[in-house]
Amino acid sequence: MLASDTGALQQAKLVLLGDMGAGKSSLVLRFVKGQFFDYQESTIGAAFLTKTMPEQNVKFEIWDTAGQERYHSLAPMYYRGAAAAVIVFDITNTESLGKAKNWVKELQRQGNPNMVMALAGNKADLADARAVTTEEAQTFADDNNLFFWETSAKTNQNVLELFTDIAQKLPRTSAQPQPSNAGITLSEPPQQRPQKSGCC
Amino acid sequence: MDETYDAIVLGTGFKECIISGLLSVDGKKVLHMDRNSYYGGAAASLNLTQLWERFRPGQTPPEKLGAPRDYNIDLVPKFIMANGNLVRALVHTGVVKYLEFRAVDSSYVLNKGRVERVPATDYEALRSPLMGLFEKRRARNFFLYVQSYKADDPRTHGGKNLQRMSMADLYKEYGLDAMTIDFIGHAIALHCDDSYLSQPALATVEKIRLYNDSLQRFAGTKSPYIYPLYGLGELPQGFARLGAVYGATYMLTKPDAKPVFEGGKFVGVASEGETVKAPIVVGDPSYFPDRVQRGGRVVRAICIMSHPIPNTDNSHSVQIILPQKQVNRRSDIYVFCSSYEHNVAAKGKWIAFVSTTVETQSPEQELLPGLALLGPVEEKFVEVTDIMEPLSSGQQDGAYISKGYDATSHFETEMDDVLQMYTRITGKQLDLESKDPRKIDGDD
Repeated sequence: MLASDTGALQQAKLVLLGDMGAGKSSLVLRFVKGQFFDYQESTIGAAFLTKTMPEQNVKFEIWDTAGQERYHSLAPMYYRGAAAAVIVFDITNTESLGKAKNWVKELQRQGNPNMVMALAGNKADLADARAVTTEEAQTFADDNNLFFWETSAKTNQNVLELFTDIAQKLPRTSAQPQPSNAGITLSEPPQQRPQKSGCC
Repeated sequence: MDETYDAIVLGTGFKECIISGLLSVDGKKVLHMDRNSYYGGAAASLNLTQLWERFRPGQTPPEKLGAPRDYNIDLVPKFIMANGNLVRALVHTGVVKYLEFRAVDSSYVLNKGRVERVPATDYEALRSPLMGLFEKRRARNFFLYVQSYKADDPRTHGGKNLQRMSMADLYKEYGLDAMTIDFIGHAIALHCDDSYLSQPALATVEKIRLYNDSLQRFAGTKSPYIYPLYGLGELPQGFARLGAVYGATYMLTKPDAKPVFEGGKFVGVASEGETVKAPIVVGDPSYFPDRVQRGGRVVRAICIMSHPIPNTDNSHSVQIILPQKQVNRRSDIYVFCSSYEHNVAAKGKWIAFVSTTVETQSPEQELLPGLALLGPVEEKFVEVTDIMEPLSSGQQDGAYISKGYDATSHFETEMDDVLQMYTRITGKQLDLESKDPRKIDGDD
């Protein structure tokens, strides 16, 4: 689904992309749960998180890659209906910026054209090991219509700022009338019904 | 790639992706490969570019059809019974949160050359021209019996033993005429042919109940079926994501992936000059040409149209069953239709499928009664598929092979195959009623 008004709260699917080890999961865990682990396992079990930002009136449904970026086996489903994407690279690793550039191309090919895209230069706390200059990343971001933050999941630098920025840039859909055969929720218990005699 | 795994899965079809997802949830280390660059194997949903590559290589889709990526065209068209085992599996595994579903608008049946709605409510049944008034009364008694029947409560059996009594005899007890029997057997119990009549009645009684329970599963639906937005190809993708979340590794575009056997036992999968080892392999029949045989053949036509199927109340999604006797055949013809409302086609376009079990030397001709219902068609693709079946259970050679997708209109037999494979592989029964306690959830 695209960002859509359900009552007061706007739901928005947000996908993460970037090289393995750039810190995608760490960034999300910091944002959603306020946690950080120095040795975060490769993504297991954190592939679907939600976070409500009441002051922005947005509920993010955040999809992590679940490792499927490794052999380029991310399914079209992953990009489908995403209102926002965060492309993460590691400022201490030049190659990870190159990978980020490829992901931006992939998004331009697969994603919806109105998607809000952000570039996150993560591990900003490791300034001594910096390999990508702020200017280089900023130029790339400007050329591709991304907005750019240097973040640190470890020190919490700019994490909230990044997601707040996304929330504020989401296109606000006007309340649309529900289509007649709106989606159904499978996990709901069967409808309560009087005993009927069947179809005839 | 010199690692070893607990299981390697070949082909990312619907069945293979459910198995790799379930095995991963069980804590098994799974490697899943596909020769294609997309998920879904023989049951993928293709965009127009992929569809043209498959059927008309070297040509490009005409521009009047709109953006190729707006299409998700199923290679194996089926609908999902709203109260069937696939829905249970989706809820049980939590995969349901990756998908969106909509009800299928309505279900029709061909009767004396006319397309009639299959009644979805008592009121519709009363007005339906499918039966005369007296026959309706008899049919009502029959359905009352079926709906109240409980296997473990002999008081509901009415003195009949449905495990022994044939379905033909049960119909006879209620005095139903041939037309009604045809309708119930094919449009409600969804049998493809009449071989069920001589079988014990219980199986058909359960199928009728499944139809009714599915019809009433969600409020306001006019058919027992649901269908995912963006096509059936979303199902394997969703289960693959489940597997990935639990640590499975997915690799697409491995055109040379091939199982290796030593002394008749599976040892690993070879690809690009390397062999990855695992004690077992799971896969679709196309990866095991020496270990499968042909069970039957299905012919399917895919049609792109700019209008709904005539006489279906402008339905955006619909099924029409052409019972065998109505078209002088031994097996039914199925018509499926879905549209841009389910995000399977560009705005203003409908996709219709006509399929049946092959009975003659000219399969395409067999589809004509179904094609005749569609009105003008802009593009048509016809494919004849062999339904391959494994020669053995897999317990000897370590190769657990799925059956090809059959001619039935829904996923129930396919789910039976998946559940049986799971049991053969793990020695466990999968309890679809319990919700997975390890289900991942959000913050609120």
